[in-house]
Amino acid sequence: VCDRALRHRYNGEIGDIVVGRITEVQQKRWKVETNSRLDSVLLLSSINLPGGELRRKSAEDELAMRDYLQEGDLISAEVQSIFSDGAVSLHTRSLKYGKLAQGVLVQVSPSLVKRQKTHFHDLPCGASVILGNNGFIWIYPTSEQKEDEAGGYTANLEPVPLSDREVISRLRNCIVALVTHKMMLFDTSILYCYEASLPHQIKDILKPEVTEEIVLEARQRLLDLEG
Amino acid sequence: MASVVLSEAEKLYIVHGVQEDLRVDGRGCEDYRCAEVETDVVSNTSGSARVKLGETDILVGIKAEMGTPKLEKPDEGYLEFFVDCSSNSPELEGRGGEELGTDIANTLYRVFSCENTVDLKSLCINPKEHCWVLYVDVLLLECGGNIFDAISIAVKAALFNTRIPKVRVLEDEEGTKEIELSDDPYDCIRLNIDEVPCIVTLSKIGYRHVVDATLQEEACSLASLLVSVTSKGAITSMKKVGKGSLDPESIFEMMETGQRVGKLLHIALQKILDEEESLGTSRPKVGFLG
Repeated sequence: VCDRALRHRYNGEIGDIVVGRITEVQQKRWKVETNSRLDSVLLLSSINLPGGELRRKSAEDELAMRDYLQEGDLISAEVQSIFSDGAVSLHTRSLKYGKLAQGVLVQVSPSLVKRQKTHFHDLPCGASVILGNNGFIWIYPTSEQKEDEAGGYTANLEPVPLSDREVISRLRNCIVALVTHKMMLFDTSILYCYEASLPHQIKDILKPEVTEEIVLEARQRLLDLEG
Repeated sequence: MASVVLSEAEKLYIVHGVQEDLRVDGRGCEDYRCAEVETDVVSNTSGSARVKLGETDILVGIKAEMGTPKLEKPDEGYLEFFVDCSSNSPELEGRGGEELGTDIANTLYRVFSCENTVDLKSLCINPKEHCWVLYVDVLLLECGGNIFDAISIAVKAALFNTRIPKVRVLEDEEGTKEIELSDDPYDCIRLNIDEVPCIVTLSKIGYRHVVDATLQEEACSLASLLVSVTSKGAITSMKKVGKGSLDPESIFEMMETGQRVGKLLHIALQKILDEEESLGTSRPKVGFLG
């Protein structure tokens, strides 16, 4: 007999992708909030520096930690290891991880995020989404040029165009709708829900009647896909 | 107030969105979130209401008790407000929530201090001796941004739901007065809430202002204006909160928006209350299980 709670804290497993928020800057590491029982840890030796250079971190790097990541910043990272007390140690030693720029964060229960091969999706509707295993979902505009330069440290501060904003807001509302009906979140379910919501206005998606209608349609399409 | 921490890029995204009249959840600057209002949820009160505005959850209970009128107003009853924020989050337990609670209570006193909001003369039983005192208890169950608006809606709904028993004053030969409570539980007086105002909070984000800010939007706003608006669009009180400053021009614009939005809010609320009323006692109550 197995018991899986519907709403619980995130329990890290090695290799998981998480989205977290920096809560503290300590001596040689950052404390990251990932909706787990204990704050996760991001060691200074586990990050990649701007420009993608790999070198041993010196004392100057230690003093300049706040220039890289400050309190409140959002990062995408992978779980490297787990300490004996259950706290998770993260790393961003790949160019696809790092500080996140403009976008929208949605916090859901970790049990609703389906485990897949990849958690970074560029959806065909025009935005990208990171489905963190810890329940933090990050929706952001798809960048035209590939992130080969900074590894995420130079934040693009230009205003996001209105068309991208509409897609992002619609996706955000669709994810909230799916979560209200306790449906699993993965790229196909989010996409079907998005397409089902197109006839409605973005702000109407959160009305109870409309939510039920589009979630029902998405669920039907998913069943048809399986069967 | 409970607040969230946001990264600079997230705040920038929100501010730019507000400039273009498309907020994170797709609303325009003057749109409210979906609100649920239910009255008569607490059985041992004279009137109660529960309001859910997005994530914000407010419970208001009103108890009518007999007391002595105030010296300066001997032929009127009065209202007393108590606000409890302790169930919201650990940081608001004990002393922390008290400051927020007294702040909200003082704002409510101000809003209701205007002469005609509630007909206080109808609360008088015996001038100088007996009157009805309405103890309004506000419970902040969850803070999801924009608590003042939700609280004012809940107070108005609870006042609408309040039933005060009818009393008769009997005087004997010696002059001692006796108060007789009517036996029929349905024989009661209701309050007229036409003039009760609702608070509209306008938060300044960037160069524009938004109505019904979420916690994330409140984190991006440095200054807000609270206006209490009656159903006819009259502003009864105004309060500025926040560390930032407001331009007098923006204050005028915000007041106008407040009046516009306030009138629509009253119409929507009255519709829900009338619908509930028409269903009568056979209304299915959801309460806390829904």
